Amino acid sequence: MGLEIAFWVLAVVAIAAALAVVTLRNVFRAALSLILCFLAVAGIFVTLSADFLAAVQILIYVGAIAVLIILAIMLTREVERGSLSNKLVVPVLISAILFFGVATFAMLNTSWPVVSLPPAEPTTALLASKLFGEDGFILTVEIAAILLLATIIGAITIVREK
Amino acid sequence: MSLGLEHYLVLSAALFSIGLYGALTKRSAVVILMSIELMLNATNIALVAFSRYIVPVLLTGQVFTIFSIVVAAAEATVGLAIIMAIYRSRETIDTTKIDLMKW
Repeated sequence: MGLEIAFWVLAVVAIAAALAVVTLRNVFRAALSLILCFLAVAGIFVTLSADFLAAVQILIYVGAIAVLIILAIMLTREVERGSLSNKLVVPVLISAILFFGVATFAMLNTSWPVVSLPPAEPTTALLASKLFGEDGFILTVEIAAILLLATIIGAITIVREK
Repeated sequence: MSLGLEHYLVLSAALFSIGLYGALTKRSAVVILMSIELMLNATNIALVAFSRYIVPVLLTGQVFTIFSIVVAAAEATVGLAIIMAIYRSRETIDTTKIDLMKW
């Protein structure tokens, strides 16, 4: 019962915060609602018994990406201009609602092969053996490391003063 | 009514649609990047929900989510670096005015 209440509260908070991100005129407040949305998604991960991912979500999204976005807002004088929309508001609104309808229809009418096993908890040790153990994803981990290195070098090269 | 996979999938679709709307209508490049982060979060919710309800002991969906978060962080870093570089040379990050490559 507590899980259902937590899910509904977190879902309402996440959707309200996401709507605030795309509707608020003040870009800085939109960034703060984005942080609220990230926190609500971390809570959703907890209700899915993904404890490690909830911690990662808070560390990386709230701790790193949100700070980066706020820094970019402050360095580009976006707050003075506000968050404006282009000429495509009505067609995009219709397509987004259509997409939501079609996706929901497809998801509700598919018979998912749901397994009623209790979830693995805690997940950290299991995830570690999945990532680094035998028959794991170690190659993907190394590719991700190279991707992050390339990202660091690329970001430094792009923003460097000539 | 107990929680099922569908609840999480519908929540994920709703967040994705909101992010789609923001990414296609906003003029500020930073707000577009924020909307893209929303869409990536929505797909992460769907992946973790599939992992919880379809392979509850294998956790494959959670491993995919970790890589998805890595790619999202890389994308945000390079995207914001490009935005800073454009702002430095053109004094604006309005996507309707950055039309150098538009024919």
